[in-house]
Amino acid sequence: MKFHNDTSMRHVISLVIENESGALSRVSGLFSARGYNIESLTVAPTEDASLSRMTIVTSGSDDIVEQITKQLNKLVEVVKVVDLSESAHIERELMLVKVRATGKDRDEMKRLADIFRGRIIDVTDTTYVIELTGTQAKLDSFVGAIDAGLILETVRSGICGVGRGERVLKV
Amino acid sequence: MVLTGAEIVIRCLQEEKVDYLFGYPGGAVLYIYDELFKQDKVRHVLVRHEQAAIHAADGYARSTDKVGVALVTSGPGATNAVTGIATAYCDSIPMVVISGQVPTAAIGQDAFQEVDTVGITRPCVKHNFLVRDVRDIARTIKKAFFLARTGRPGPVLVDIPKDITAQKCEFDYPQSVSIRSYNPVLKGHQGQIKKALQLLLEAKRPMIYTGGGVVLGDASDKLATLVRKLGFPCTNTLMGLGGYPATDRQYVGMLGMHGTYEANMGMHYCDVLLAVGARFDDRVIGSPAHFASEPRKIIHIDIDPSSISKRVKVDVPIVGDVGEVLGEMLAALDATTEKPDQESLAGWWKQIEEWRRRDCLKFNQSDSGLIKPQYVIQKLWEVTGGDAFVTSDVGQHQMWAAQYYKFDKPRRWVNSGGLGTMGFGLPAAMGVQLAHPGSPVACVTGEASIQMNIQELSTCKQFRLPIKVVMLNNRYLGMVRQWQEIFHGNRYSESYMDALPDFARLAEAYGHVGIRVDQPGDVEGALREAFKRKSELVFLDIQVDQTENVYPMVQGGKGLTDMILSAEDL
Ligand SMILES: Cc1cc2nc3c(=O)[nH]c(=O)nc-3n(C[C@H](O)[C@H](O)[C@H](O)COP(=O)(O)OP(=O)(O)OC[C@H]3O[C@@H](n4cnc5c(N)ncnc54)[C@H](O)[C@@H]3O)c2cc1C
Ligand SMILES: Cc1ncc(C[n+]2csc(CCOP(=O)(O)OP(=O)(O)O)c2C)c(N)n1
Ligand SMILES: [Mg+2]
Repeated sequence: MKFHNDTSMRHVISLVIENESGALSRVSGLFSARGYNIESLTVAPTEDASLSRMTIVTSGSDDIVEQITKQLNKLVEVVKVVDLSESAHIERELMLVKVRATGKDRDEMKRLADIFRGRIIDVTDTTYVIELTGTQAKLDSFVGAIDAGLILETVRSGICGVGRGERVLKV
Repeated sequence: MVLTGAEIVIRCLQEEKVDYLFGYPGGAVLYIYDELFKQDKVRHVLVRHEQAAIHAADGYARSTDKVGVALVTSGPGATNAVTGIATAYCDSIPMVVISGQVPTAAIGQDAFQEVDTVGITRPCVKHNFLVRDVRDIARTIKKAFFLARTGRPGPVLVDIPKDITAQKCEFDYPQSVSIRSYNPVLKGHQGQIKKALQLLLEAKRPMIYTGGGVVLGDASDKLATLVRKLGFPCTNTLMGLGGYPATDRQYVGMLGMHGTYEANMGMHYCDVLLAVGARFDDRVIGSPAHFASEPRKIIHIDIDPSSISKRVKVDVPIVGDVGEVLGEMLAALDATTEKPDQESLAGWWKQIEEWRRRDCLKFNQSDSGLIKPQYVIQKLWEVTGGDAFVTSDVGQHQMWAAQYYKFDKPRRWVNSGGLGTMGFGLPAAMGVQLAHPGSPVACVTGEASIQMNIQELSTCKQFRLPIKVVMLNNRYLGMVRQWQEIFHGNRYSESYMDALPDFARLAEAYGHVGIRVDQPGDVEGALREAFKRKSELVFLDIQVDQTENVYPMVQGGKGLTDMILSAEDL
């Protein structure tokens, strides 16, 4: 039996939480107080406005992630918690990148955006804003593909996740 | 019926049958105090410091099965309460704290006496609320009591801005409340219970280790029945004392850092461990790696899933209320014809008796002229017939009280285990005494701890609380000094208590009886005298041996079997 194993794995935890002021700080406070990692956290109300859906990307050994889900479940305002990484699921992240788009770079930027199925959503004489969604890896490779010197800003949403097929997280 | 917010607060407390409210007034709670004044169902106990209000509510809750209730004002009132709230949180004590807040419009304006009380207390409450609408007061208070007392209990804070206590609305106290996101599991999983029973019946060297959960869940009768039916040894944590009768032969004493030799050895070398409402604290099992070095199967009953497999991996987790689960186990045990393995059990008991013969708690009163602190507690136990409520502060005296006062009943031992809050003992005793008028209540304390809330002697006078303060005066921050002696080469950095007051006269100045004791032969007489004075607070300043240490001792981070048994082991 191995217990305190150190093999740290990435986990995507999805939760349904009461849409109340303070609920977010309870979750983020829990992570900082107990020293758990947060790679990203996204939250917004669901179709039922009394509830919010949150996706947290964290990493830790199995026993730490087990504690994370238990501690999240223990928060009074948390309705449901699932570790999406336990089975098939989809992850998407949105990124807005503002790039320098002048001279020959202007065409090159457009071409790259097309290859990555990005959209140019703001155009000036000298800049583009490119909108891109996909997995974290796809966004990373887009950022890697363009000349770092041309990036003016990147804004990423953190990932949203959902289980595949009939697996539904609902109250 | 249309009432003001303040009236609603008081009506809610009446509906919850709150008899004592511990508190301290201030600007933000003036409307609430005005309503308190106009009624006599909820009795207010005016403390001398908000920390004491919380500890008193805490002592009240620990010694009964009720929720303790406190009221404080905004800003400094709330921050003074934080240590008390954290103390209750660490030991899972049911409590509702109502705090005043600056008016809604002033929130966020750096107003006078404004602090973010909900933010400050968030990490040390089970839950908290900021009420933003007078129409929410009743439902919020109902929820607060519900959350405080159900599941794993804990303190719940309700912060109410002043303007809301003046506004009016229709009052209707909800008879029940449900929270969709909060559904503690009470009944144990049948399959798991069966597995657990099988393991217990096959055990060769079983041990039953129980904690605060048995006391909080009022399950000590069921525990005793199970322990006796199985014939297994039982040990209690510091928080679990009284959960199993200490004078019973199957009891092997407290375990952990200052636990008995037999309890720690039994815990380490057992092959099947049944953990009941206990959370494998670091002061209980020492190093988890060392604990895991001996193979054993662990069954763990706890109402909080996050207590299970947190520090020690468990083989058979059972989430549920101790009372429910032990009841189900007893029923399953009655239904089977199988019996524990008597032959192995006899061998195991033989081993335990051998460990017990080390008599690790022995001490020698006679060979010095100094009063041994252990002797004082032993006499306290004798003089009170083992039937007093005993609160304590934090330090060596706390450990001696835990080791030498044999608690046969639950809720008699009231101490701060998780946070280890000096200053807890006296105010906690106030809550205990109010909950049990006429019962003997002793506060075992040290000359350092008592000074952290000594102002409460004034509250005791006002409310005629005949507490017996048993102060083991060693003129040292004894527990700190002990660690410095063992781990820091006898460098007693700032652990000496200088410029001590004459405590007996100080008690007299507050209007109580003070007695100083410095001869071993006077200890018993002084204790008898104190408990004879049924209507007076008696403060015993007992001058004890300054150099005494608490043994056995497992050094922090070491294994349970690595015990220092006496000064000779150093
Ligand atoms: C100076 C000092 C020295 C100490 N030395 C020792 C020592 O030698 N030995 C020792 O044991 N402790 C010692 N402690 C105390 C220690 O720090 C812990 O507070 C204590 O060990 C925890 O006790 P527990 O495991 O019973 O848990 P508690 O804190 O009492 O927790 C109770 C557990 O029961 C569960 N529970 C609550 N209600 C229910 C219910 N209805 N049904 C099921 N489960 C429930 C809770 O979820 C929780 O997991 C010391 C403290 C101090 C200050
Ligand atoms: C509020 C607080 N501050 C500091 C400590 C650390 N501490 C633990 S025991 C102790 C000494 C207590 O001295 P005393 O009350 O005289 O008891 P003794 O150990 O001498 O019996 C201290 C300072 C604590 N537990 N609580
Ligand atoms: Mg002392």
